[in-house]
Amino acid sequence: MGVRGLIDMKVTIDGQEIDVEPGTTILQAARKIGGESVPPAMCYYSKLKGSGGKCRCCLVEVSKGSEADPRPMPKLVASCVTGCMDGMEVKSISSERVLDARKSVTEFLLINHPLDCPVCDQAGECDLQNLSFKHGAAKTRFIEEKRTFEPENIGPNIQLHMNRCIVCYRCVMTADQLTDNRVHGVLNRGDHSQISTAISKAIDNEFSGNMIDVCPVGALTDKTFRFKQRVWFNKPYNAHRNCDKCCGKTTLWMFGNEIQRVTARKDEYHEVEEFICNECRFDHKDTADWVIEGPRKFEKDSVINQNNYTRHIKPVVIETEHNILLGRDKDRKKISMTGVPMKPEEQKVLKEGNV
Amino acid sequence: MARKILLEHANVPGIKTYEVYRQHGGYRSVEKALKSMTPDEVVEEVKTSGLRGRGGAGFPTGMKWSFIDKKSGKPRHLVCNADESEPGTFKDRFLMEYIPHLLIEGMITSSYALGCNLSYIYIRGEYMWVFRILETAIKEAYAAGWLGKNIMGTGWDLDLHVHCGAGAYICGEETALIESLEGKRGNPRIKPPFPAVSGLWANPTVVNNVESIAVVPWIVNNTGAEYAKIGIGRSTGTKLISASGHCKNPGVYEIELGLSVDEFMNSDEYLGGMMDDRPLKALIPGGSSVPILPANLIFKNAEGGDRLMSYESLSEGGFATGSMLGSGGFIVYNDTTCVVRNTWNFSRFYHHESCGQCSPCREGTGWMEKVLHRIENGHGREEDIELLWDIQRKIEGNTICPLGDAAAWPVAAAIRHFRDEFEYHVRFPEKIKNRDHFVNEPFEKVKHLVAKQAVI
Amino acid sequence: MEISNAHQEINITPELQARIDELLGHYPDDKKKSALLPVLHEVQDAHNNWLSIPLQDKVAEILGIKPIEVYEVVTFYTMYNQKPIGKFMFEFCRTSCCAVRGAESLMDYTCEKLGVAEGQTTADGMFTIVGVECLGACGYAPMLQLGDYYYEKLDRPKMDQLIEDCRAGKIDLHKLAIRE
Repeated sequence: MGVRGLIDMKVTIDGQEIDVEPGTTILQAARKIGGESVPPAMCYYSKLKGSGGKCRCCLVEVSKGSEADPRPMPKLVASCVTGCMDGMEVKSISSERVLDARKSVTEFLLINHPLDCPVCDQAGECDLQNLSFKHGAAKTRFIEEKRTFEPENIGPNIQLHMNRCIVCYRCVMTADQLTDNRVHGVLNRGDHSQISTAISKAIDNEFSGNMIDVCPVGALTDKTFRFKQRVWFNKPYNAHRNCDKCCGKTTLWMFGNEIQRVTARKDEYHEVEEFICNECRFDHKDTADWVIEGPRKFEKDSVINQNNYTRHIKPVVIETEHNILLGRDKDRKKISMTGVPMKPEEQKVLKEGNV
Repeated sequence: MARKILLEHANVPGIKTYEVYRQHGGYRSVEKALKSMTPDEVVEEVKTSGLRGRGGAGFPTGMKWSFIDKKSGKPRHLVCNADESEPGTFKDRFLMEYIPHLLIEGMITSSYALGCNLSYIYIRGEYMWVFRILETAIKEAYAAGWLGKNIMGTGWDLDLHVHCGAGAYICGEETALIESLEGKRGNPRIKPPFPAVSGLWANPTVVNNVESIAVVPWIVNNTGAEYAKIGIGRSTGTKLISASGHCKNPGVYEIELGLSVDEFMNSDEYLGGMMDDRPLKALIPGGSSVPILPANLIFKNAEGGDRLMSYESLSEGGFATGSMLGSGGFIVYNDTTCVVRNTWNFSRFYHHESCGQCSPCREGTGWMEKVLHRIENGHGREEDIELLWDIQRKIEGNTICPLGDAAAWPVAAAIRHFRDEFEYHVRFPEKIKNRDHFVNEPFEKVKHLVAKQAVI
Repeated sequence: MEISNAHQEINITPELQARIDELLGHYPDDKKKSALLPVLHEVQDAHNNWLSIPLQDKVAEILGIKPIEVYEVVTFYTMYNQKPIGKFMFEFCRTSCCAVRGAESLMDYTCEKLGVAEGQTTADGMFTIVGVECLGACGYAPMLQLGDYYYEKLDRPKMDQLIEDCRAGKIDLHKLAIRE
């Protein structure tokens, strides 16, 4: 921890102290600490002004408001839009209430979400997958029919799957803040709210591809990458090119020598480091167009890491081979037991039925 | 006869017009405030009056006014919340329809207190004819010199306009209302910043209910101390109550806070008892969002004390045995009412009105409606009651704005007080097939069936 | 998104333009978007009570905003009709207070009488029936909204009469006079 400045404020999150500048939100402070206390964020995006507060995944408990006013806050607060106060004490994973709320929000986000991860291009880099892995229940309690939307074509580069959308508004803000002619927005209301252009217009401007990168789920994916590859079979490389529209710094997703997809570079919270233009994203799929810097590392746990070639891989030695075989031997004996006690009707079912 | 402050002249023929309103003492508060009081003195009078916001939350109006940011030097705005949409509530409409100038006078005096030069009345779009009445009244007020430049030669300017919504309950939430007034979708804003600091067009803004503003002229004319003498305890003054449902005389009534629920319900001056003299089954005292009370908790609280029409008395016992005064939407239900159907009806309402911005409300309200619809239509499962309880619990307190709570509370209260009716629906689907199942056979008559089946 | 492609004649008459200008005058010069909701009401009233996409684009042009900003608003609020509706739209309130005083059976009666289901328009284009949420007339149930007005404390004979009056051309949906 650095030297405390005069205007710094002390904040404690799950017992970990940190000094932050005024104006820092609880979520930002937690990210400075890092680790398990960082609340999940599905709608907040530090690069987009006005984002956050909507998904309610990042709710935390403020057990002490500040040094000046130590009263706890009665309700859980959205950490992404709540500013730190000097002396504030926050409970993230150390609060049962918070964990319960995260479970609740996860359940709400999933009830109408399609179970199409096996065919979803976002699978493997999906924030909702990660959220459900951490906070989701094994079984759904939702027995009603899921909500669906009519498909809408928004042009040759971006695939819109409205059924998967969690209405985080990030793509709307991206269009508002990177371009001056937004043609899509959130239409209708309540649980029929949807991302749409209303008139099936192609979303076509130099920075529209960034909508794909900011989307936390598989609602907006790269049409040019559609069904090409599971992301964990791609090898990501950092690369750059001279671009007069954007920074030109990207991640190339390679399969062999083929560039299958180009994205902006994303940090451990899946936020882009810098936005890139559509030309870099969609029009340069030849390795000759790029200066390849080297393999991209991923800090955050993700399925992409499971196969990650950037890590040192130890040869696997099966030291318990003998014991495993012994165990299997026992199993074999169990399975081949001569007489499983069964009632006659059960035997009949076993013989004739479609078991 | 009880004291009338707001509706004193409601029945005077022609009171809708400027001339008649003026003849009956209208616009005196503007004269008094502008000629003999500083803006801060007006704020002080309202503080002294103990007036609490009449829109439902009951937050002290004077205190709300004192929060408005005067230091930044930005233009300030007063916005009147006339987006009355809470089921059971139709009092503001009555006031605006019959005495439009009272609201306009209140807007002028209150704008003076807050130092505003541009104020708005935001009225729900469905009240289109009332919108036109207000437009006409505002034109009359301009013509008479109460609005516009240099009012009464004081150098103070005020423009007042009426703005109409277009069908969205959520715009009754003050930040959604501001968004809507800016020509956007009615998505509530994340607070802070509060409107008092950054509201309409990022300027300091106060949003007040119609009734709260309409009472300001009386407070200025008669002093806050006089107002505080009316009512009981911290529930000062009078309150408009809109009564509906199965009572004999539904309508809008002005009552002194502290009147007993029994008298309000049963005396001929007010509701005159039950329609067709059927038994009272349940009551919602403050609009659809507040907890429903079963018959035994309406006239008496859990301790056996008299239940009064006041903020405090109606909430005695907390949510376990109490409710809230809310917006004063007094909904009476007799024994033909099916609480399950009614709860489904409210859930449908909140599902329909959710703005869709935050996940618990967007997804949870629809889920509750679907589960309740199943139960009401004979497809309920025993575990659905627990499921409903859990869904409402998970919405409550976790949303951006109070609509989540408003959607959760009616469901919670219905299960809390009428669980056996839910069980009846689940266990006897054949008996509830007809929409009017309790009209033909009130629940009291079949209740024993559930009792017999009590879970072992 | 379900979008109606039905043709709509766009006609911003001088009277309508004057009214729009009046409404625009209610907001600071750099905040014209604020006039969107009231302007949409007026434009819709003057165009057979619905707003086609070209008409919405026209409103965007008048206010100097992007078309999507109009679409976002039109689809959020229930009073803007995105497809053609009958000449007379009966909007029955069916929320609790009205429901317990017979709103549902009155709506069923009306549907049966006119031979349409809730949400539908009669073949002659005269009537549309919709069930809506609380209109703030709870004490005067059952009731419906027709144009700018409420028709309250209804029963079957009054409903029959209202339908007759509509057919006879006695009902003015948007008259500007104050009702006494």
